[in-house]
Amino acid sequence: MSAVTPDQLHDDHHHHGPTGLMRWITTTNHKDIGTMYLIFSFIMFLSGGVMALTIRAELFQPGMQVVQPEFFNQLTTMHGLVMVFGAIMPAFVGFANWMLPLMIGASDMAFARMNNWSFWLLPVAAILLIGSFFVPGGATAAGWTLYAPLSVQMGMGMDLTIFAVHIMGISSIMGAINIVVTILNMRAPGMTMMKMPLFCWTWLITAYLLIAVMPVLAGAVTMILTDRHFGTAFFNAAGGGDPVLYQHVFWFFGHPEVYIMILPAFGIVSQIIPTFARKPLFGYASMVYATASIAILSFVVWAHHMFTTGMPAATQLFFMYATMLIAVPTGVKVFNWVATMWRGSMTFETPMLWATGFIFVFTMGGFTGLICAIAPIDIQVQDTYYVVAHFHYVLVAGSLFALFAGAYYWLPKWTGHMYSETIGKLHFWCSIIFFNITFFPMHFLGLAGMPRRIPDYALQFADFNALASIGAFGFGLSQLIFIVAVVKCVRGGKKAPASPWEGAEGLEWTVPSPAPHHTFETPPVVK
Amino acid sequence: MSVLARFAVTTLSAVPAAGAWAAQSSVNLQTPVTAVAAEIYDMHTLMMIICLVIFVAVFGVMFWSVFHHRKSKGAVAAHFHENTMVEIAWTVVPVLILLGMAYPATKTVIAMKDTSNPDITIKATGYQWKWGYDYIKGEGEGIKFVSNLSTPQEQIQGRAAKGEHYLLEVDNPVVVPVGKKIRMLLTANDVIHAWWVPALGVKQDAIPGFIRDTWFRADKEGVFRGNCAELCGKDHGFMPIEVHVLSAEKYAAWVADQQGKMAATAEDPTKEWALAELVAKGEQVFAANCAACHQADGKGMPPAFPPLDGAAIVQGDKAEQIKVVMQGRDGTAMAAFGKQLSDTDIAAVITYTRNAWSNQTGEAIQPAEIAAAHN
Repeated sequence: MSAVTPDQLHDDHHHHGPTGLMRWITTTNHKDIGTMYLIFSFIMFLSGGVMALTIRAELFQPGMQVVQPEFFNQLTTMHGLVMVFGAIMPAFVGFANWMLPLMIGASDMAFARMNNWSFWLLPVAAILLIGSFFVPGGATAAGWTLYAPLSVQMGMGMDLTIFAVHIMGISSIMGAINIVVTILNMRAPGMTMMKMPLFCWTWLITAYLLIAVMPVLAGAVTMILTDRHFGTAFFNAAGGGDPVLYQHVFWFFGHPEVYIMILPAFGIVSQIIPTFARKPLFGYASMVYATASIAILSFVVWAHHMFTTGMPAATQLFFMYATMLIAVPTGVKVFNWVATMWRGSMTFETPMLWATGFIFVFTMGGFTGLICAIAPIDIQVQDTYYVVAHFHYVLVAGSLFALFAGAYYWLPKWTGHMYSETIGKLHFWCSIIFFNITFFPMHFLGLAGMPRRIPDYALQFADFNALASIGAFGFGLSQLIFIVAVVKCVRGGKKAPASPWEGAEGLEWTVPSPAPHHTFETPPVVK
Repeated sequence: MSVLARFAVTTLSAVPAAGAWAAQSSVNLQTPVTAVAAEIYDMHTLMMIICLVIFVAVFGVMFWSVFHHRKSKGAVAAHFHENTMVEIAWTVVPVLILLGMAYPATKTVIAMKDTSNPDITIKATGYQWKWGYDYIKGEGEGIKFVSNLSTPQEQIQGRAAKGEHYLLEVDNPVVVPVGKKIRMLLTANDVIHAWWVPALGVKQDAIPGFIRDTWFRADKEGVFRGNCAELCGKDHGFMPIEVHVLSAEKYAAWVADQQGKMAATAEDPTKEWALAELVAKGEQVFAANCAACHQADGKGMPPAFPPLDGAAIVQGDKAEQIKVVMQGRDGTAMAAFGKQLSDTDIAAVITYTRNAWSNQTGEAIQPAEIAAAHN
């Protein structure tokens, strides 16, 4: 570096980069990139939502009315892929980008240019994924799990999906490396690991999970690609392969992936509950250990997704016991949150409503998870609507609700304005009510024997399906309220102070609202 | 989930439901008819009760706190943030509860895996999108048939009223005797399927190239229905399973009847068929095996399922078409029918496609030609 002149020093304090579109394409600022991640993920959330509503429209009544079975399968497949890889995961990375440097007192992410690159890969992947609907044969219809040999049968939409998964995987790995290095190397003086806000801890652990398993997914889909086009037979018994191998490899990725999508949510909720209870988080250290235990256990439970493949009894038992064990650290987390609320001085602004709703509804998903862990019961409910209900309780009421909680919590910091509590609360109550109308009946459908991923069903399932479809449209429309809340908040509203929440603690509340383009150029000292 | 579920279970089961499915609960697992299914049912009930108790305890505390420890009610925040004894307790107690849950589950897993000493062994093969059954050992040995969805397209497309067993009915059900241990061998021809009959407590993936097994012993006579439970392509939702459990005498009568029919329909492979006969037979074979993809009008659903009407392969060299029908096309949904259908059926269906719609080759393919193609 050449000598620093006073002029250049001055430049550091004022943003003189490109303006307009080029600002966003070339930006290396963690706040700009965080914003782009959040907007991108919300667009993908709406796209996946439209697919879900088309699915629910078809399932409103028995018989085929809206779409054909082949297209129905494309919708269920793409809904899953878009929501997992396009909506939930990038949204959490958006939060990480915005908040991690602010929380640990760093001036930016460690690798600012790589940060730009890891975001801008995502729109490319999204175009491949969504674009696959328009190629001959349409999008892949093999389910989001892309099980071989069905995925080997698909048209070229499958190849586009494979490349999209590769690109999103590269993006996730780069994002994860960035987060690990930022947290380990760029903490402000005095910010020891065990003083970090819990959101940083959960993201640090999540980032390691991402680095560990995204290459596994890339390997799995690459094997499908070579089976499809280059004459290999990884998943074809006739060539010495085994279709179940795919499932082992996929779920070795897939189960840690489940925690990749929920651990940062635990982090967000662990920030919000203490703030609005005006009381420190109960059991901080045990929260950290519980998160780490969940992450480690996530590597030894994958085959509980495969109880019906016909594994030997000993294997079934091992995976059943390991899966049941996860209930212990997860329980510890729920108990800690409740203990944080206990004898607090609580108020229920919108973020706290979402966080409380999260604990309540996510725990229901935890209970059904425990029931699914019991191998003999799982054999009855595997691949039924019971499982659909279970994972929407943990992914929608879990991850998504926590994302909304975090969005309302930090919106004043991002925009400099307070959002409208009336609109935020309306969004929460509509969402939680319609969510339960949509997904609660699915438990009954699954128990009574309705398989998942079917475009048409027997008559005894008609009533609950109609109810679920009504709920789904209500839930989908409720999300438009969020757009209103955010747009209103960006355009104006009551001026937000540096710390809008009475009980909030943490470095992010020491900078003005909206957070200036550059923050913590001089690291703060944490006592 | 527990509170509402239990509430719903109690209220809804108190309502006398009307209709043919009244006997089946629509909010809980189906009424079990095997010992294993009954164990699963009871285990699920036990788990629901345990979860309900935990649910009430945890959320009782949480909602008590939500309603009483509010700033608006003058609550002043305490400052405690850890308590080693409490934290140890809520780690150890769940472990003990889990041990209590694991014990019955382990016994059931071991029982479910014990496929030894069956009375009858049946192999089920998953095809896109139907099931094939071979009775390979025990009473009824040698019986084989293919089981297709029997719900008419008119009902699915909404042009006719839907029947009582809409989408859960087949042309040839699996028939087994009551009280006998039935071992099911599962495999598949193309992609992974899963053979699932909830009332029997059986779900087993059918994996192409491998054989897996499972078993059941039905304690009650009756008709039990299920579905394919693994996404297997376009018509995954349209390949149900229907199991008829009969008394020993009725089962013996069914076996005799099947064996008689098989002898009667065993075709003379050297017979020369007339074109019209082949076309008439072929139309039926086409409807049962081909129309799902290629469509009754031969237009297909391109590009995944190509049309046959006017297609070069159907109008051109018959040897090439015979090869595709018998061996399938790798990497597509076109299955190899060489081992699924009889030579006569293959000859008939090829003849039909070459003389249906705008295809008018006038050629009759004889079973002997198919037999020759096997070699």
